[in-house]
Amino acid sequence: MSAEARDKDQVANGGNLLSRPVKVVNIGLDRFAKELDEQSVPVVQVEWAPPAGGNAKLAALLAKLGS
Amino acid sequence: MTVVNEIRKGFYLDSVALMRISRSIVAMPDIEEAGLMIGTPANKQILREAGVLNAIGEGAAPGDLIIAVRAKTEAAAKACLVEAASLLDAPRRTSAGAAWRPRTLRAAKAQMPDLSVALISVPGAFAAAEALKAIRAGLDVMIFSDNVPVEQEVELKQEARTLGRLVMGPDCGTAIIGGVPLAFANVVPRGDIGIIGASGTGIQEISCLIARAGRGVSHAIGTGGRDLKADVGGITTLMALDLLDADPATNHIVIVSKPPAVEVAKAVLARVAKSAKPFTICFLGGDGKGMPGNAKAAVTLKQAAEVAVGKPLAGESIAPRPKQAGRKGAKVLRGLYSGGTLCAEAQIVLQGHQLAVTSNVPVPGANVLGNLSAVHSLIDLGDDEFTRGRPHPMIEPVVRDAPLIEALADKNVAVILMDIVLGYGGHADPAGHLAKVLASHGVKGGPAIIASVTGTSGDPQGLAGQTAALIAAGVVVCPSNADAAQLAAEIVKS
Repeated sequence: MSAEARDKDQVANGGNLLSRPVKVVNIGLDRFAKELDEQSVPVVQVEWAPPAGGNAKLAALLAKLGS
Repeated sequence: MTVVNEIRKGFYLDSVALMRISRSIVAMPDIEEAGLMIGTPANKQILREAGVLNAIGEGAAPGDLIIAVRAKTEAAAKACLVEAASLLDAPRRTSAGAAWRPRTLRAAKAQMPDLSVALISVPGAFAAAEALKAIRAGLDVMIFSDNVPVEQEVELKQEARTLGRLVMGPDCGTAIIGGVPLAFANVVPRGDIGIIGASGTGIQEISCLIARAGRGVSHAIGTGGRDLKADVGGITTLMALDLLDADPATNHIVIVSKPPAVEVAKAVLARVAKSAKPFTICFLGGDGKGMPGNAKAAVTLKQAAEVAVGKPLAGESIAPRPKQAGRKGAKVLRGLYSGGTLCAEAQIVLQGHQLAVTSNVPVPGANVLGNLSAVHSLIDLGDDEFTRGRPHPMIEPVVRDAPLIEALADKNVAVILMDIVLGYGGHADPAGHLAKVLASHGVKGGPAIIASVTGTSGDPQGLAGQTAALIAAGVVVCPSNADAAQLAAEIVKS
């Protein structure tokens, strides 16, 4: 199954917070990812920077539009 | 004296890292004050008040980094900027074992397609946008960030509910999902007690007391502090209730929060009544009325843990409780808290002793802070007014230093009451830090210093070592925050 198909499948099957294995994307404070990694919890750290040139209103709008 | 500012456009580094750099450069020769902050209006205000912002910094946007320095000489200021630049540009330690880091959620999903939870701690103005992307990508979300506009929270939670995804937060400090501590959480054994909490330290204290009683936690779900307010309507709490009610590993459910809005409390209690599972409900500062037949009300966090485990926790003492006296002639109690809910619990315990209390986060019946030297005051140092632009005191205990030194020197203070919160997310050695401050600023015949340690033997800091460090520093360590507040009340009343 492709990654995309698997994602769709997961959502469609209603896998929920308590039933899915915890695999974390950490967006923000580095230390949270580091600590999860130390506990062998799968985690990806996003190298985040303020989107839309730091314009929060524009960033919110872009997120709504799905970009 | 000279004030020099520099801006880095579109540069982001988290507030903990920025504070570390700020502290390093402020220690340089001839530097009076220095700060590195993202250019949000709130941060600019802080820099302005510190007298380090000039016209260049004033022009920064929320996506920019401001490096602000006030120095005795121009040369010192320039040297400071050079050092700041070199620290900012130093190769960043990579975490999670990855040399390469994705810049977006989409790229992160390409790297790990079966991601299940997004943990978001970016500045509040941007957090909802990131969370929206995450729920649409099929993830559940925990938003650690605060300062997220409430209308964004409502919109986000409504869409998440439609998508069948859970949004924990904003301002959600703690969750334990399937044994995994997220953000600020303790290492507690797996067990059959589920927790739903609007407050992080409330979940932490209850889960640690449950662990000390020999029991464990199935899952602890944070909701964020505003979830049970009328605007949000308890969306996350009600969804978390559905999840734990259906969870075969959960046999007892604890709900902890400030008293909800009346109509939200009704909805939550109606949902509780539909469950076949027993509940413990701790609406701190509430009247405990209107509980359905399968629910018991708890007045304090300690009592919530006791009801959940079905036995009293008395006798679970970490340290003997010696007879204590406060500072001679002094009358007032000063609570210096890093955990907001621990601060609320202490107020409730003191009120139970008919003591009039004041706080920056007053529970029902308490007053707002007044003259600290004249009245019992309990201060939540993790509240927004103290954390604007700087890390939470549980991450950075230095935040408590100045108020602690002030309280030690205040001859009217008979007792100082404090919390030490262990677990992931927190400082590596909060007790050691406190011990150092007490060693250099403690006074002979000074106030009694009473604390409790929210933690377990499994926590990275270690409960026993932290407790021993406090005792060695002259602190009376009680087995729970409620016990610490109880002892403090007895001292000021004696």
